[in-house]
Amino acid sequence: MAGLSLSHIVKTHGPTPVLRGLSLDIRDGEFLTLVGPSGCGKSTLLRLIAGLDAPDSGSISIGGRVVDGLRPKERDVAMVFQSYALYPHLSAYDNIATPLRIRRLSVLQRAPLFGPLMPGRRAIEAEIRREVEQTAELLDIAPLMPRKPGQLSGGQRQRVALGRAMVRHPSVFLMDEPLSNLDAKLRVQMRAEITALHRRLRSTFVFVTHDQAEAMTMSDRVAVMMAGELIQLGTPQELYDNPQDLRVAEFIGSPKINVLPLNVLSRAATGASAAECDDVAALAFRPEAASLCAPEAGLATGTITAVENLGSDLFVHCEAPRPDGGAPIPFVVRQAPSSRRVVPGETVGIAADRTRLLRFDARGRRIAERQERAA
Amino acid sequence: MTSRSASAAPHQHIGWLAAAPATVLLALLLIGPVLAVIVFSLTDWQIGASAARFIGLANYHELFADRVFWTAFVNTALYVAIVVPGTVGLGLVVALLIEARPSLRGFYRAAHFLPVMSTMAAMAIVWGSMLHPTIGAVNRLLAEFGIAGPNWLRDARFVLPALAMIGIWQGFGFAMVLFVAGLKAIPQSLYDAAAIDGADGIVDRLRLVTLPLLGPVTMFVLVLTATRAFEVFDTVRVLTQGGPNFASEVLLDRLYTESFDYLRTGYGAALTVVYLAVVVLLTLAQARILDRRVHYA
Amino acid sequence: MSVPAKTYRPDWPGLARHGTLALSVLFALAPFIWMLSLSLKPPQEIFQPDFRLWPQSFHGFENYRTALTTVPLHRFLFNGVFVCATIFTLQMLICLPCAYALAKLRFRGRDTLFSAVLIGLLVPPQALAIPHFVLLHLFGLLDSYAALILPWTISTLGIFLMRQFFRGIPDELIDAARLDGMGEFEIIWRVMLPVAVPALAAFGIFSVVAHWNDLFWPLIAIRSEELSTPALGILLFRDDEAGQFLGPLMAGATLIVAPLVLAFLFAQQRFIDGISFTARS
Repeated sequence: MAGLSLSHIVKTHGPTPVLRGLSLDIRDGEFLTLVGPSGCGKSTLLRLIAGLDAPDSGSISIGGRVVDGLRPKERDVAMVFQSYALYPHLSAYDNIATPLRIRRLSVLQRAPLFGPLMPGRRAIEAEIRREVEQTAELLDIAPLMPRKPGQLSGGQRQRVALGRAMVRHPSVFLMDEPLSNLDAKLRVQMRAEITALHRRLRSTFVFVTHDQAEAMTMSDRVAVMMAGELIQLGTPQELYDNPQDLRVAEFIGSPKINVLPLNVLSRAATGASAAECDDVAALAFRPEAASLCAPEAGLATGTITAVENLGSDLFVHCEAPRPDGGAPIPFVVRQAPSSRRVVPGETVGIAADRTRLLRFDARGRRIAERQERAA
Repeated sequence: MTSRSASAAPHQHIGWLAAAPATVLLALLLIGPVLAVIVFSLTDWQIGASAARFIGLANYHELFADRVFWTAFVNTALYVAIVVPGTVGLGLVVALLIEARPSLRGFYRAAHFLPVMSTMAAMAIVWGSMLHPTIGAVNRLLAEFGIAGPNWLRDARFVLPALAMIGIWQGFGFAMVLFVAGLKAIPQSLYDAAAIDGADGIVDRLRLVTLPLLGPVTMFVLVLTATRAFEVFDTVRVLTQGGPNFASEVLLDRLYTESFDYLRTGYGAALTVVYLAVVVLLTLAQARILDRRVHYA
Repeated sequence: MSVPAKTYRPDWPGLARHGTLALSVLFALAPFIWMLSLSLKPPQEIFQPDFRLWPQSFHGFENYRTALTTVPLHRFLFNGVFVCATIFTLQMLICLPCAYALAKLRFRGRDTLFSAVLIGLLVPPQALAIPHFVLLHLFGLLDSYAALILPWTISTLGIFLMRQFFRGIPDELIDAARLDGMGEFEIIWRVMLPVAVPALAAFGIFSVVAHWNDLFWPLIAIRSEELSTPALGILLFRDDEAGQFLGPLMAGATLIVAPLVLAFLFAQQRFIDGISFTARS
């Protein structure tokens, strides 16, 4: 069990910078998700932690031990790949046994023809058998052991991949979008199983995904990455309630957060204390913090474009026109289904809970609440 | 009670029409001839003769009693036994080396592939001069090391290996190209998984990832190389004509000699049937055996 | 606190790779180098005890002139081009519609036909030499261009490759063409042909190379020198008196081998893609 420390990691691929001096401390035993859009560098970072690639500069420590320059097998990490990367010609049993065999059997003992005849091999194989079977039991795949990956379903393959990672009891588990290839229902089920596994093993998990819902539901902490930089690190709730960057606010949460640029706000809003600070370029608030009101009476005015009735919630999609021309700004209001019926085409105003208004400057950075700033 | 849709009926006619020329030619140039060869082999016909008698299996009896036929058969088998592992092995090693690093790949691929393209009749003549006992490149090179090279093509002990070497020379570039394609298809994530599992040395990577995943390609290359090796003819005809004393005689050269030099059509047809049977059985057997070992699901 | 991840060291594995590959390249190219070298040398130099790659006295013009005048080498090359081009064109005309029918149309006997094609793939062409010879003899076509071309007009490999390729083409493309009002044959030549160009190129390369280099069949079917194809031609030259001299002989060999080699060097990627395509099918 170990924490991880990444310090000023820089990586470029030819002329393109992929990671720009990223630093991150991961606590021992926590489930940390690296989340961000495609191309943000999260998979690259994972590969650097694993030792499959080396950073151009920067340092990585695992469990307090600097691992720069160490090969993957010397780092005590295990990895589950997006494509599972199971050896197609080996049975599930052999797939899981491989890391143990390579570590415990000498080169001679592993040789194809006379290996099995070498002394000591039988004992080690028996030991390996016990451990593999234990892991298989844990993951509920014991009956699948003789089959080859080609004969297994996606979910089963995933478990075999997990088994291969688990069987070594590594300090750190790395997972590179392992759920992306599964269908929606299986994905939800596997999310729960992986979190349960984490609780049971209490090892450090570093999980990479582009799906913010996965990040939110599974993690102890989430690191949001964009364009090779760490934008914000915090618990899911922190990121949801208190995003420090507009990009984080927009990335986390579904439906997307409402962002109203200054020039869309009604005079009532700009005049009032909601937008008092000069630096403010946009106001943001979640759909559930928003409500419909009379036109001109709220922060902005717009027209309803669509109404989504999900049974438990009603999402009202609207558009506010921009005074400078250009595409209208969309926003979404969540309502209880029992509220007043609204129809597309209606003109409405949008109001928001004052305490849940987030202010952002022109660069997308969060401006702290007035009360928190020095007098 | 299904009703035919309006589009199904025209298909029938168009299908037949489109396939007609091919079908006719297939019957005339493939199926027909195969049957014809079998029929010829049961007669004593000599081409140009006006009459022929049906003699049953007499040609086959003569064939299987002929010492030269068996020599040719054994020689061909030996040739294949040398050329196939040599070609496939060399092709695989070169492919692995080429793909190991990015530098100069294009050049290496092209250079190794050149022999595959070249006219074997002409290159056989070139090899003939290279294997010349005194002025040839091979013996000159050996002389540098103090070894007196033999008269490769006139010495019964060395003629078949020499021809086999030429066969390997021509074929390994082809095997290499196929292996390179196979290597490119192996996903990097498997090597990554192997590295994390602890297999990051060359031998481990080969055993765990590369060779198993090259299984299907290897099977294809083996079957193809074996088939081509069995069809060896050009080098023999050009360089040794089967000599010295049938030490380099191979099945196809025998077929040519009997059928078109001596014009013993019936006998040649019997030889053809045997040849055909051997090649077809070999190919099917190889495909069956390797297919089972190589497929994963 | 940045640590440079790579330190400079000579790349021993990379050098070893180049060293080993240099040996195998030498093996592959040695005959070509030898052939070129000898084709430029006068007879005395070829037989002298110490060997040099480049001739001391350049005799190339004489050698090549001898090669071109003793036997009609240019004629051989022309025959090669003519015969191979004709074979491939006929193969395309005959195999393409058949492959399309096998891939996309339904008709009775389709599966039997395909089985026949598969069987044809197993049969080595030399096994059919006797009956082909007899057939041509019956029609008095021996020792003619027809003899060189006709037996090869049907190619089971061609049908097989094209059919596999066509199977990969979505049916919607054909349905759209039908809806546009095209008749089936129009579809074959206007829609399928352009789409099939990569597969055709692959097969074309295979066909041309195989027939350009073929010795077995021309040896059987042809007696007259003027009809000889490249492979047969070089053999005739060798057996001729002038072919006893290695210089002109090597020059002749160079001329015979050059066209395909040059074509390959210009269109390398095409060749290699063609082979990969064939293998995948």
